[in-house]
Amino acid sequence: MPAIVKELHREFAGPTRFMEVCGTHTMAVFRHGIRSMLPPGLELVSGPGCPVCVTPAGKIDEAIALAGKKGIILATFGDMLRVPGTRSSLEKQRAEGADVRVVYSCADALKLADETGKKVVFFAIGFETTSPTIAQTILDARRTGKKNFFVYTALKLIPPAMRALLESGEVKIDGFMCPGHVSAVIGTKPYGFIPRDYRIPCVVAGFEAYDILESLLMLVRMKKSGKPEVANQYCRWVRTDGNQRAVEILNSVFETSDAEWRGIGVIPSSGLNLRKEFLEFSAERFVDSGISAPEEKSGCRCGAVLRGAVKPTDCPLFGKKCTPDNPAGACMVSSEGTCAAYFRYAGKKKNG
Amino acid sequence: MCLAIPAKIVKINGETAEADMAGVRKEINVALLSDLKTGEFVLLHAGFAIQKIDRKSAMESLKAFREVYGPDFAGKIV
Repeated sequence: MPAIVKELHREFAGPTRFMEVCGTHTMAVFRHGIRSMLPPGLELVSGPGCPVCVTPAGKIDEAIALAGKKGIILATFGDMLRVPGTRSSLEKQRAEGADVRVVYSCADALKLADETGKKVVFFAIGFETTSPTIAQTILDARRTGKKNFFVYTALKLIPPAMRALLESGEVKIDGFMCPGHVSAVIGTKPYGFIPRDYRIPCVVAGFEAYDILESLLMLVRMKKSGKPEVANQYCRWVRTDGNQRAVEILNSVFETSDAEWRGIGVIPSSGLNLRKEFLEFSAERFVDSGISAPEEKSGCRCGAVLRGAVKPTDCPLFGKKCTPDNPAGACMVSSEGTCAAYFRYAGKKKNG
Repeated sequence: MCLAIPAKIVKINGETAEADMAGVRKEINVALLSDLKTGEFVLLHAGFAIQKIDRKSAMESLKAFREVYGPDFAGKIV
């Protein structure tokens, strides 16, 4: 047994539940077989940190409707294509003739506007890691006087979602593994309210096996000592202040707003909307309101999975009516969705 | 979705730069960083450098990526 695992077993003091917020951590926990190394009674639950999964079905419906409009190219990240709206997906819409393009970067969507001369709408999803790249692209569009580039935003912020989970009290959480790359941008200070207001520790964690085990050890020790703090295990990539320039660029283009999270509901100040100085780049003008009443497929428990309230294996559709090839819910679509990770690594085993 | 990988800055052209990701050359946007120099390593996400990182951790992380995704990982995930 590696020394770090021994130490974790030695320090562990009774039933504990930590949440890994980020989908990349969920994948890493499985890939490294972390659960098999944990002391009995130490439970890891997955949180809402997959931006594809938390985009509301109604928003997807609106993006699908946008893609179907004459003269509009809808560009977005590849992960969004198969996410089900209430009736269809962007992939199905594309098969029916809509101009939907997959881009690796928002900057590529701006290039597409240049090359085609058509109206290009970038369907922007992501957390604080991605949002500055969208903001910078909008600044570039402004600088170059682009009139045919627009963004349709479903951008979200992680710390308000963590607060909402704690505030609801639905799931008892004894500590958080905070996302590594979101923190590379925002730094560690925005998590300060967690130990201060809720008296639980959090650790910004890296993605290697040792990173995760060390982060869990740090959480266990802080819980035991009764002195919760925000600690930074991923200090080789994450600085206390993050990337302030990126945060300034983000805040110069966007302002916070209340936002709906799929399966969770509306969380105050957890979304990003364009500031009024940048509304010329908003795709809202093309959106027909009231397209759909968001509704999950009957029996799908994605919402509870995103809140950490149930495991994917507790859902009646998991592995039966819902698989990566034929997903019923968003968490099965994205490769970083909790259900997809359980399906890929744990199959139908009950204890994952 | 929030995946980021290390890249080495080969040449800077204003707000863009030529970067090397384990042998794959790509033009990236560096407007989110200030005082970037040729030869430095950055964390690359969705075509943008989002943070500077040191050489040692960049190398360690590239090694880990290679183990997980195979030797041609940069072509697969970039």
